[in-house]
Amino acid sequence: MSAIREEEFQSKKVEWSTWKKVLHYAMPYKRDLVTIMLCMTMSGITDVLMPMSTAFAIDNFVMPGRLEGLPWFALVYLGLIAIAAANVYNFSKHAGKVECYVSHDIRKACFDRLQELSFNYYDKTAVGYLMARMTSDAQKLADTIAWSLVDLAWGFVFMIIAVLGMLLMNWQLALCIIALLPIIAVVALVFQKYILNHQREVRKANSRITGAFNEGIMGARTTKTLVREELNAKEFNDLAAQMERSSVKSAVISGMFWPVIGCFAAVGTAFVLWVGGNHVLFGGMTVGQLSFFLQLSGYFFEPVLNFARIFSDLQSSQAAAERVMALIDTKPQITDSPEVIERYGTCFEPKKENWPEICGDVEFEDVSFQYDGGEKVLSHFNLKVRHGMQIALVGETGSGKSTIVNLICRFYEPTSGRILIDGVDYRERSQLWLHSNLGYVLQSPQLFSGTIRENIRYGRLEATDEEVEAAARLVGAHEFIEKLDKGYDTQVGEGGGRLSTGEKQLISFARAIVSDPALFVLDEATSSIDTEAEQRIQRAIDRVLEGRTSFIIAHRLSTIRNSDRILVIRGGEMVESGTHDELMELKGYYYHLYTNQFQDEQTQQILGAKGAGSGEEAE
Amino acid sequence: MNRYRFKVLWGFSKGHRMQFLLAFLFALAATGIGFINPQITGKTIDSVLGSEPLTLPDWIMAPLNQLGGVEWLRANLWILGIIVVGLALISGLINFYKSKVIAVGSEGMARDIKESLYAHLQQVEFDYHVGAETGDLIQRCTTDVETTRRFLSVQVIEFARIVIMAVLSFVIMFQMHVGLSLLAMVLIPWLILFSYLYFRKIQKKFTEVEVADGTLSTVMQENFTGVRVVRAFGREAYERKKFDGKNDDLRDKVYSLNKDFAVFWSVGDIFSALPTMVVTIAGLYLTVKGELTLGQLTIFFSYLGQMMWPIRQLGRMLADMGKTLIAVGRIDEILTLKPEDSGENPQTPPLNRDICFDHVSFAYKDGKPVLRDLSFTVKSGETVAILGPTGSGKSTLMQLMQRLYDYTEGSIRIGEVELKHIDKHYLRSRVGYVLQEPFLYSKTIQENIAITQPDIEEKFIHEVARVAAVHDVITEFEEGYGTVVGERGVTLSGGQKQRVAIARTLLPESDILIFDDSLSAVDTQTDAQIREALKERRAGTTTFIISHRLSTLMQADHILVLDEGRLVQEGTHESLLQEDGLYRRVWEIQNAAQKEVSEA
Repeated sequence: MSAIREEEFQSKKVEWSTWKKVLHYAMPYKRDLVTIMLCMTMSGITDVLMPMSTAFAIDNFVMPGRLEGLPWFALVYLGLIAIAAANVYNFSKHAGKVECYVSHDIRKACFDRLQELSFNYYDKTAVGYLMARMTSDAQKLADTIAWSLVDLAWGFVFMIIAVLGMLLMNWQLALCIIALLPIIAVVALVFQKYILNHQREVRKANSRITGAFNEGIMGARTTKTLVREELNAKEFNDLAAQMERSSVKSAVISGMFWPVIGCFAAVGTAFVLWVGGNHVLFGGMTVGQLSFFLQLSGYFFEPVLNFARIFSDLQSSQAAAERVMALIDTKPQITDSPEVIERYGTCFEPKKENWPEICGDVEFEDVSFQYDGGEKVLSHFNLKVRHGMQIALVGETGSGKSTIVNLICRFYEPTSGRILIDGVDYRERSQLWLHSNLGYVLQSPQLFSGTIRENIRYGRLEATDEEVEAAARLVGAHEFIEKLDKGYDTQVGEGGGRLSTGEKQLISFARAIVSDPALFVLDEATSSIDTEAEQRIQRAIDRVLEGRTSFIIAHRLSTIRNSDRILVIRGGEMVESGTHDELMELKGYYYHLYTNQFQDEQTQQILGAKGAGSGEEAE
Repeated sequence: MNRYRFKVLWGFSKGHRMQFLLAFLFALAATGIGFINPQITGKTIDSVLGSEPLTLPDWIMAPLNQLGGVEWLRANLWILGIIVVGLALISGLINFYKSKVIAVGSEGMARDIKESLYAHLQQVEFDYHVGAETGDLIQRCTTDVETTRRFLSVQVIEFARIVIMAVLSFVIMFQMHVGLSLLAMVLIPWLILFSYLYFRKIQKKFTEVEVADGTLSTVMQENFTGVRVVRAFGREAYERKKFDGKNDDLRDKVYSLNKDFAVFWSVGDIFSALPTMVVTIAGLYLTVKGELTLGQLTIFFSYLGQMMWPIRQLGRMLADMGKTLIAVGRIDEILTLKPEDSGENPQTPPLNRDICFDHVSFAYKDGKPVLRDLSFTVKSGETVAILGPTGSGKSTLMQLMQRLYDYTEGSIRIGEVELKHIDKHYLRSRVGYVLQEPFLYSKTIQENIAITQPDIEEKFIHEVARVAAVHDVITEFEEGYGTVVGERGVTLSGGQKQRVAIARTLLPESDILIFDDSLSAVDTQTDAQIREALKERRAGTTTFIISHRLSTLMQADHILVLDEGRLVQEGTHESLLQEDGLYRRVWEIQNAAQKEVSEA
């Protein structure tokens, strides 16, 4: 959670082409945008009218000392207040709407795209990265769009009207003040840049601190056994000191900004008193006009400061914009051809009526495969499996057995060669067709928040409660589910976190069974289940797999002894193939693996110890 | 409760109170100057540009009269400009120093809190970390500290400043015109009350938004982590519907909150604009009637304007205070955890002695017994192997040796000294302990091995890595010993991790070594190789090995078999084979397995 990616903190040049794409997401809210512009225009006008009306009052009531028309003036003043308040309400509401609707739409666009992207994308993209794009980045972009617009619109209008008003009243004095604008703009821009850089340092330091806390807590037990508390604390204190230093530095720079701007504004006020005062004394300006200038000099520069801030906002969110737009623009590697979509529909709108029945014959025809830019994992691989057969794949990590399974599932497609299902290249059918006929159980069982029932039903949304329970019974999950407080309606927690790995595995098994698939893939599905439960499942597996084509990757070789065919894969090639007995007789690689494993497994059965065996490091 | 938390908060400020006081004084000074500015323009309008007599304190009037009085000022209006700019410079400097001392004080305080949180979390008892929720703890250490810092540095000082400014403004305004002041003030308490109540009201919505946000995050997170399941079941459309529901929900909740904000800001604007209007109209009337000069009227305006914005913030601050107090409470919960200690007069005896377990029992705090009445003696320099099913108490027994837990009954003596009287740090530094699932720090492999002795020579590091049979693996990495592991670097396999952990435990000299099933993920051959190398290196070191591998057990001088917290068998390989029990069952199975395989 705290990995420091330097990329997150990069400073970028503002590229308008990226922002054009982002603006595209604001277009559906044109009416709100127009309303905002109108409100801000009004706001800009009233913000000039307010001081003007005081100027008017001074010149028309106070100076001549009369009261006629004061009630009318009060009325107009009240009107201005009402308009200003209505403006504030309206622009806050509409900008608030644009903000949350745009972030909503960006998230949706990302999510929809992610449902289509192939596994090659997920392989190289961390979940945390995706989450960051869809939460903070999407929010940042929406904020920038909505509120920058508010400030920009107001700034322009206010500036123009104020300048006009000042020029009309007294052009010499007006020019004196306007001359300050470019200076303040430059100062503000320079400051914003420094502030941005320093804030970035603070964020970096902060994420290091978070990382250190994470490590300090996760590793606390190890730390104790090593008596490293003090050294750890010393290292942490260095980080904390670093954070303190960069925070103070950042605060000091920010703390300088307003005083400096304040001084420039004071120069404006000084001009008003000096030049304006002279005009009042020697003719050419009324006291009311002087008060107009005095009031305005206080906040005339605000738009310029806003512009500088918006520019730095754009700069700081440039990277976010690029990353989000890149995500949305990514093309999925595996797509259905237009003809296939025409016939069988997309994954969101399937045309199930056109789907052919599946039988379950699988054939690899001269299949080669390599991951993006990686080395060849499979080359010229051939395999023919008749429907209903149980195939086991054996081999060490990285041998290519998972690749074969992934290819069958069409999570990846062959780089060359074809994979035929029922004699037809599977690229001529839709992905959803294949996946709807697939039962898939993974080594790390992934459940979704919700009840146990919902999780099993994920396999087939139409399944009745009875079918759900039948599936659970079949894998031997029914007993433990019934023992839970709420039975099948027990919440499993985030990612199934409230269940043990073994329990999760059983449920993911039931989930695959309830979908009644023609093809079954078990990818190290029983590795986290205790021996007793595994034996129970083993029996269930044999029953369930009957009549279905199945591919099993198993860590424990004892579980695949009954397979119709065992394929031993090494370095992307099938080195041995046959039944258990045939392979044992061969006394080859399989024999060697099996011998080594058997001992540990048996011992484990007595002791129930975990992590036994020629574990992750066999060979 | 809250009073206690305020006390805790006050405690946090210790060591930085001088800065906070200075910040407050600076804030006061800046506010003071803020009062002068309107006076200048007011007097200018009345007496320099107008014809009212100029009334100023004597110490200003005297030198001014010498220069030529008001006439001189009229001829040199730029002087006024210089004064305004000068004041801006001074107040700018003051404000700058205010920000600086606030930053120094509050960041220093945040650092102190974080450091003590970190140190504290390292020092609490082992047991605390067994069930700790990392995410929640981290939140307390980062977000809650930041909330506290902000409150103490920005809000408290701002609060004090606003109150003082309001009081001063009232005094000055009352001196100018009582009636007008009363008119101006009449709405202000309502403004504060309104913003306070409103904020409390929408705080509920804040929580709702947070919940909706969390739910949406969960849906996304699960979808991304479970992408294989989603695809394999063809559930893209289903997932999209689920996501859309939550995404819409979040959008609607945020929008509803934003609309409330729109009401809040606009009503607040009316609340603060109305007094201004009343003052304007009444002020104009009074000025025309001659009860007030024009200059005084502008001064009045300025003061009112200066006060409005901060006063509007006041309600929000009050509403926010609750949050801060909760954060303080959460931090305090960690800081008040009991750190572990070694007891009175901890001793540091030699540990290369016989170890005698005498009717040792242990139960967790919840009363669940783990070890029951264990008695046995281990000779100095012996290799002891421990065998037992999961949950038999093997690991707990070993954890007693490092005083990660203290036994609840009986006695363990090393030489003549009771284990409970030995200094924990001393004990742990002399007893090397390799956990089954060791934690590696996100540093380089070299730093990980040298974790207890960062300055040690490289050759010693390589030496222990060779003993742990991991040297060759490491040198095969692109960056060798410089490879960063863990979160920010390379992920090692379980066996590699175990071996690095063994190397790091071997680096310092130990009297006792414990391997808590720490070769489980290493293949049998390497296991044997490591044990062979160990024997050479650590002759004379008492060694405990938890394992279920026959080859390991066979070679031990002394074997203990545990079951359900009891010592059920004790002896050597040969003697245990003569007994009917768990040991022989394991041996038979492994033997039989060997046979079946060779026959097949």
